[in-house]
Amino acid sequence: MRTENQRAWFFVLPVLALVAFNALVPMMTVVNYSVQETFGNNQFFWEGLGWFEQILRSDRFQAALGRQFLFTFMILIIEVPLGIIVALSMPRKGFWVPVCLVLMALPMLIPWNVVGSMWNIFTLPKIGLLGYFLNDVLGINYDMTQQPLSAWITVIVMDVWHWTSLVVLLCYAGLVSIPDAYYQAAKIDGASPWSVFRYIQLPKMKTVLTIAILLRFMDSFNIYTEPFVLTGGGPGNSTTLLSIDLVKIALGQFDLGPAAAMSLIYFAITLLVSWLFYTLMTKDDAE
Amino acid sequence: MAQIKLSNLRHSYMPSPKGREDYALKEIDVTWRDGGAYALLGPSGCGKSTLLNIISGLLTPSEGQILFDDRDVTTLPPDQRNIAQVFQFPVIYDTMTVGENLAFPLKNRGVNASTIKRRVDEIAEMLDVTDMLGTKASGLSPDNKQKISMGRGLVRDDVNAVMFDEPLTVIDPHLKWKLRSKLKELHQRVKATMIYVTHDQTEALTFADEVVVMQDGEVVQIGTPVELFERPQHTFVGHFIGSPGMNVLPCEAIGDRAVFEGHEVALEGPTKGDGGRTDLGIRPEYVGFGDTGIPAHVTKVSDIGRHYVVSAMVGNIALKAVTEHSVPEPGSQVFLQFKPEQSRVYRDGWIATEERAQ
Repeated sequence: MRTENQRAWFFVLPVLALVAFNALVPMMTVVNYSVQETFGNNQFFWEGLGWFEQILRSDRFQAALGRQFLFTFMILIIEVPLGIIVALSMPRKGFWVPVCLVLMALPMLIPWNVVGSMWNIFTLPKIGLLGYFLNDVLGINYDMTQQPLSAWITVIVMDVWHWTSLVVLLCYAGLVSIPDAYYQAAKIDGASPWSVFRYIQLPKMKTVLTIAILLRFMDSFNIYTEPFVLTGGGPGNSTTLLSIDLVKIALGQFDLGPAAAMSLIYFAITLLVSWLFYTLMTKDDAE
Repeated sequence: MAQIKLSNLRHSYMPSPKGREDYALKEIDVTWRDGGAYALLGPSGCGKSTLLNIISGLLTPSEGQILFDDRDVTTLPPDQRNIAQVFQFPVIYDTMTVGENLAFPLKNRGVNASTIKRRVDEIAEMLDVTDMLGTKASGLSPDNKQKISMGRGLVRDDVNAVMFDEPLTVIDPHLKWKLRSKLKELHQRVKATMIYVTHDQTEALTFADEVVVMQDGEVVQIGTPVELFERPQHTFVGHFIGSPGMNVLPCEAIGDRAVFEGHEVALEGPTKGDGGRTDLGIRPEYVGFGDTGIPAHVTKVSDIGRHYVVSAMVGNIALKAVTEHSVPEPGSQVFLQFKPEQSRVYRDGWIATEERAQ
C-alpha cells in the first residue's frame, strides 16, 4: 500500500519565492511597462506592441545593435585564438605554473569600473602613459576622446586585456587534463605538431572552449561598465553599445515604455544567440 | 622486424646520480630475438615502464645503448625507430572514425591511399573490427578502444617491435581473457617482436615465450615460464611467481644439506660460496606429507578450488604446502617432506646450490 501526497512541493516554495522576487517580478514589471504608455502621475495607457515596432524600426536601435554585434564579434575573434595560443604556451609543470596562473587571473580580479578608469587614464592623450607615448614619442595621431576608430580600438584592447585570461584559464584546464600517453602515442604515430593540436588538444579542449565562448559572448554582449567609464559611448555615438543606449533611454530620457521593449528585445537576442552557439558547438556529440 | 639488444643500460631520473640507489634502472643487458614474445614482469616501481619507454624512444637512457639489429638507435626519436606502443589507458583520436584512427600512422608517413586502405582492411579483419570502421572511435567500449590502439601499431608493416604497457588494466575481467588470446593470435600472425609489461604473473606467463623478471631496476631472472617456476634464481622470483609463492625459510647450509630449525634437509646439489644470509627455498607444491619427516603444526587449511593450501608452523617458522588430497585437520600434528630436487639454498637472495646432474 503506497500513500502519496503533494507535500514535496513545499520544499520548492522557498526557491520559488526567491526566484519570483529577484527575477520573475522585475521581469514582469518590464513586460508590463513595454506594452503601456505613461505621461507621469502613475497613469498608464495601453499601447500594445507599438513600442516593439517603434524600437525595431528605429535607426538608432539598429545602429546600436550593429555596433554591439561588431564589438562582440571582434573580441571573440581575438580573445578565443589568443587565449588558446597563450594556454598552449604556458608551462604544464614546475615553478612557473602558479606564477603564470596568478598573473593570468589578475586582470579578472579588478572591478569593472576600475578597469574602465585605468584605461581611461592610461590612454588619455597628453596625460596618459599610452596616449603620450603614441602621440609624442611615436608620432601617431591617437585620441580616443575625439576619433571613433581610436575609441573602438581602445575599447576592444581593453576587453582583450580584461577577459582573454578567462579563455586562457579554461583552455589551460582542458590541456592539463590530457594524459601524457596521448602525446607519446602521437609521437610514435609520427603526428606533426599541427595534428597533435587538431586531433588531441583541440578535441580535449572542446567542452571548456564551448563554455568559454558562451561566457565571453554573453558578457561582451551585455557589457556596460567598462566602455561607459572609458568613452561614455562617444565620441558622438560611435561606441554607444546596446546597454549604454538602453540606459540612456531608460534613465536619461525616462522613456519607460520604449526602454522596456528594448530590454526585452535585447534579452531575446542574447538568449537566441547563446542557444544557437550552444546547439552548433555541441551537435557533434549527439551523433 | 628486428632483434633488440640492450647493452649496459642505466637510467636515472636525477640530473647527477651519485649512488646506485639514484638509478631507476641499474644495469640491464638483454637480447631479444626477432619475432619473440617477451614479458617484463615486476612489481610497481621496479623500472619496467622506464625500460619500455627507453626502448620506444620516449626516454633517452643516462648510459648504455639500444641496438635494433646492430643499428644504434639510442638517441633516435620514437617515430624513427619503427616501434609501436600500446598504453595502459587506451589512446584513441576522439574526433576520427575507427578507420581514420587506424590509417593515421600511415597517413603521417605519407603512404599512398590504396596501400592505406588495404592495410587498414587487413588489420580491421584481424582485430574483428571491420563492421566498426565507419563509426566514431569516441563511443567505443574500453576493450574495443584498446584494440584500436593496438591496431594503430600493427597497421605499419615496418614495425620492429610492439610494446604493451599493462594494456589490460582498464579491461573488464571477462574480456581480459579474450583480448589476451587475441594478442597471442596476433603475435602468431604478424610475427613482430612483442614486449609486454605487466605486474600480473598470469598475464606474463600466458603471453610470453620468455619472461624477464625485474626488481628495483635490475633484471633478476630471464627464463621461460617453466624455468621461472621450477628453478627461481632469486627468492624474489620464487616469491613473486606462483600462488602461493615459494617458502623462504632461514637455514644453515652444510654441503648438500641444509639445516632448518634443527632438521636436516637434502638439497638438489652442493652449496656454493659462503657467508651471507642463507635461506632454504622450496615451493609449496613440493612440500608433501608423510609418516616421517619434519614435525609441523597445521594452523590453517584454505580450499582454493583446484587444491588446498595448508599453512603450518615448524617451530616459529610459518610455511605453506599445497595438496590435492589427504588434507590434514587444522590444529593437527603432521610430518613434512621436502622434495630434495626442489630444495635449494639461497645466499643473500641469490641461488647458491648447483643443479644436480641429470
